[in-house]
Amino acid sequence: MGLVTFLILSAFTIITAISVVFAKNAMYSVLSLIACFFTIAGHYLMLNAEFLAIVHIIVYAGAIMVLFLFVVMLLNLNTDNEIQKSLKLKFAGVISGGLIYLILLASTQSALPSIYELPERTSIGSVQEIGMKLFNEYMLPFQISSILFLSAMVGALLLAKK
Amino acid sequence: MDYIVILDKTILIVAIFIVSLAVAAYATFGERKVAAWLQDRVGPNRAGPFGLLQPVADGVKMFMKEEIIPNAANKKLFIIAPAIFMVTALMSSAIIPWGKPFEIGDRQFHLLVADLNIGMLFVFAMVALGSYGIMIGGWASNSKFSLMGALRSSSQMISYELPLGMSIVALILFAGTLNLTEIVEMQKYGNWNVFYQPLGFIIFLVCVFAECGRAPFDMPESESELVGGFHTEYSSMKLGLFLFAEYIHMFISSAILATLFFGGYHFPGIDSLDLAPNIAALVSIVVLFSKIFFFIFLFMWVRWTLPRFRFDQVMNLGWNVLIPLSLLNILATAAYVTFF
Repeated sequence: MGLVTFLILSAFTIITAISVVFAKNAMYSVLSLIACFFTIAGHYLMLNAEFLAIVHIIVYAGAIMVLFLFVVMLLNLNTDNEIQKSLKLKFAGVISGGLIYLILLASTQSALPSIYELPERTSIGSVQEIGMKLFNEYMLPFQISSILFLSAMVGALLLAKK
Repeated sequence: MDYIVILDKTILIVAIFIVSLAVAAYATFGERKVAAWLQDRVGPNRAGPFGLLQPVADGVKMFMKEEIIPNAANKKLFIIAPAIFMVTALMSSAIIPWGKPFEIGDRQFHLLVADLNIGMLFVFAMVALGSYGIMIGGWASNSKFSLMGALRSSSQMISYELPLGMSIVALILFAGTLNLTEIVEMQKYGNWNVFYQPLGFIIFLVCVFAECGRAPFDMPESESELVGGFHTEYSSMKLGLFLFAEYIHMFISSAILATLFFGGYHFPGIDSLDLAPNIAALVSIVVLFSKIFFFIFLFMWVRWTLPRFRFDQVMNLGWNVLIPLSLLNILATAAYVTFF
């Protein structure tokens, strides 16, 4: 049951992720990316990380992708005015893509072969557990990342006011 | 055993679906009656006794109208947009506890589709997804007015999501749980959250109005400036779905308001009556629905009393008033929880 769900979910994840890259229309790319985020949230749910799954949906599908949609809608990107890339750039793209593939292949080869198993019903993904961890063990990184976000916000406001 | 649970949930989901549609249908009728009452008119009274068949007549009318898809529109997205809007409107109903459990034999039948630990965040996620239907519909129509309406509505929704979330944060701090059932059980003795979180309630209420796109925040479809906003190009039942989803939004939001701040399905002294479990369950459903109907009435009351905001006023209220107020509310609540 769990394995079947996992396989279906993974298939959807891969299909939507591929269609993000291959869609001619920028709007379809954005929509497939949203669908992809949903399937990833599904994976989190299967790992008993309810909190992570829902925050993933709120932040990525709910907030960031809405801004992406905004930009795509306003720019009105079409297939006709797509910029033609030069041959040199295409070569560079193929070579760098191949190199990344090589690295991925090497890292997956050296990884231990593992069988997918559903974890036991734990509370590791619950809000209480994450809160405890964040505010005890990872207090400093948490605070630093908050300050980073705050400075980004202030910076954005400053730029917008100019 | 598992199959019984699946059967339970299926029955419940279908029941909630039908009830939501029925309430939404009669909310359109109620809206016109309330408007008429506030404006000293009679309102719809031709179809059936007291005009009670008006929603049916409206529905038939919507289905029978000619369906037009503009030539320049993106057909796939144009068709799918109303469906997305409807689905996101209905999804939040999954985590609302509708009443006390029924007892059939020795088994309890919980009136709750999904008892999530992260209940409140689920509502928040569905609210965040609500703008997709509008944005996709507005863009796919390929019309200036639709696009402008869609942009306005989504920027309004994004702006009001923040204070909405922050007013909930204060409530969660106070309650100590994200689970809606536990939040309802906490308010058992008439100690409703609205008494402890009055500011949070007001912020939440204003934001809910904005999220539902109801007057005075009906920017997405301000008729006098944008013709029909995001649904300018829509016709027939697709338009019907958009209009209908607004009422479903209203129904679900009212249920959430009642659950979070007004004790959900409890009323003071429900336990001292000593009712049989099944009767208590029925009573609790009636209690919740009377609270919901009150809030739906409030939505209509406000719509026919206040004029519409200008767009810059909407943004101003959201960013300069509600967000600082909700931050203050969080601070005050956190201080209260820590020190008392």
